[in-house]
Amino acid sequence: MADHLAPAGAPHAAGEHAADGTTKRDFLILAAGGFAAVGAGAMAWPFISSMNPARDVLALSTTEAEIGAIPVGGAVTLMWRGKPVFVRHRSPDEVQAAATVDMGELRDPQADSARVKAGKAEWLVVIGVCTHLGCVPLGQKPTDPKGEFGGWFCPCHGSHYDTSGRIRKGPAPANLPVPTYAFTTDTQIKIG
Amino acid sequence: MSIGLHNSTFKNPVIRWVDSRLPIFSMMQNEYGTFPTPKNFNYFWNFGALAMINLLIMIATGIFLAMHYTPHVSMAFDSVERIMRDVNYGWLFRYVHANGASMFFIVVYVHIWRGMWYGSYKAPRELLWIIGVVIFLLMMATAFMGYVLPWGQMSFWGATVITNLFSAFPVVGDHIVTLLWGGFSVDNPTLNRFFSLHFLLPFVIFGVVFLHVAALHITGSNNPLGIDVKSPADTLPFHPYYTAKDSVGMVVYFIVFASLVFFAPNYLGHADNYIPANPMVTPAHIVPEWYFLPYYAILRAVPDKLGGVLLMFGSILVWFILPWLDTSPVRSMRFRPIAKWFLLLWGIAFGVLMYCGGKPPEGIYVVLSRVATLYYFAWFLVILPLLGRLERPLPLPESIAKPVLRGGGPLPAGAAAKPMEKA
Ligand code: HEM
Ligand code: FES
Repeated sequence: MADHLAPAGAPHAAGEHAADGTTKRDFLILAAGGFAAVGAGAMAWPFISSMNPARDVLALSTTEAEIGAIPVGGAVTLMWRGKPVFVRHRSPDEVQAAATVDMGELRDPQADSARVKAGKAEWLVVIGVCTHLGCVPLGQKPTDPKGEFGGWFCPCHGSHYDTSGRIRKGPAPANLPVPTYAFTTDTQIKIG
Repeated sequence: MSIGLHNSTFKNPVIRWVDSRLPIFSMMQNEYGTFPTPKNFNYFWNFGALAMINLLIMIATGIFLAMHYTPHVSMAFDSVERIMRDVNYGWLFRYVHANGASMFFIVVYVHIWRGMWYGSYKAPRELLWIIGVVIFLLMMATAFMGYVLPWGQMSFWGATVITNLFSAFPVVGDHIVTLLWGGFSVDNPTLNRFFSLHFLLPFVIFGVVFLHVAALHITGSNNPLGIDVKSPADTLPFHPYYTAKDSVGMVVYFIVFASLVFFAPNYLGHADNYIPANPMVTPAHIVPEWYFLPYYAILRAVPDKLGGVLLMFGSILVWFILPWLDTSPVRSMRFRPIAKWFLLLWGIAFGVLMYCGGKPPEGIYVVLSRVATLYYFAWFLVILPLLGRLERPLPLPESIAKPVLRGGGPLPAGAAAKPMEKA
């Protein structure tokens, strides 16, 4: 490539042109352009990063609750990180139903035992946010519809979850997620 | 005339002094005064000017609402109620702003439809059309974020469902959603940034509208015949002819607008948005504002999450390539005897989608949505590209002036076999 900006007829310094016709100026343009791009990216980063959760939001991310008073078959809804968390005290029948499902039938295959704490199979703790587009499924109150699989039913676009909170029917792609939690005593849990 | 000054034709010494140094008066005169405009516009050509007025109304009422509005989850709802009850004329600003959003979409939908019917997207106006689609996308974002601000149940759950659309994308989806929320759910950080962006975007729209008009003034306007302007006999100066015609449309527009604001201010809204947002309870039936219903119906017509989201975004993105999908050189549907019926059917499909989007996603509504979605895309991707080759258009008039001035002399041999309809 010719060096267009050089004055016409100006003598070129020896060695300015490489064999393939590129010039020092091409290199300078590339290097300056590359540098400017990195600089622009570095400047954009704080702006984008500032939109992610702030430290106080992250700090408020544990919730503790006493669950001993929930009767068998009953449920409570806790609030964790601004989202509902479903705690259900499952009956032996419900545990049985959840544990004996054929994995081949599941859209998001996961054994019930992988979704509860060992020895605490009667307690199911899941985030109560439909994995389709984020509505809160029904099924916590005794009068709510629980869907075709006895768990939860999302009224927004018709997703059915089973007694392990797994997606069985409807547009949602995944099971209700199990949050990180631990039993701090026999009847107390800490989420987050 | 000294060197370096613009040669102004204005007589008034003050105007002349400014105009010689900054020719904004000359520019207004050229672009809106003497601007040569096709003489055969019908009332569909009012809607661009109406959209401009509507944007100004939104900005004016919005700025005054923002003086009283509080973008915080614990105060937003109450601050809007205070605007309604206590702020002098607050009810007026809010109802004008809320119904103004609906008017804006009515006007812009007609404006877009006009472009489709008369082929205004075709060469040389492709970029003008593309800029228009950009404006429409910005409007959608603005209206969506504005609707979140009153922090009612529909605000909250609309925001939840729409932001969650992005979670459908593999790998990056969840990160995008967290970034949009600034937390782990729609919450105070979300409300704050939506307010900031809702304030900003209308001014961005204003800038893009300027580009839209600048591009228009390079190519000139299309017209109902879809043929090029050939001579000065085909045009009229914009003022007073089209300033007058636009004013007639404006009166009708304001009658409709005022009827909504004063007699049915909540007709187009949803009652659930007068219930404060509750993150623990989803309303039984969530629907977006009416102007988003067609896309919502497309989303729900697809039984797969990612598929639904892609088709929904695709339903508008496909407009970008419309100038290249339509292979016919004839612009106006007046001269396309087959395409016009298919386009009308497309308009009906759009209406069906709007209707189904407001209904629960079950039974007949799902079937209807699917059929209409299929046709929506078939029109763009199959019918339109094929028709350009298969259809035989009617003969085009020789010029705009000819069919207007009747008995304008015989047409040159071979130019047209049929007498022209009156424009
Ligand atoms: C493209 C132009 C605009 C559109 C389409 C638009 C749309 C909307 C919508 C749909 C609402 C919800 C109304 C309701 O249901 O209460 C809203 C609210 C609001 N908008 Fe806008 N807006 C626009 C421009 C602006 C501007 C320029 C500002 C400020 C400078 C603004 C400030 C507000 C405020 C403070 C609210 C909350 C009060 C309320 O809910 O009425 N808007 N907007
Ligand atoms: S959000 Fe639950 S089914 Fe769509």
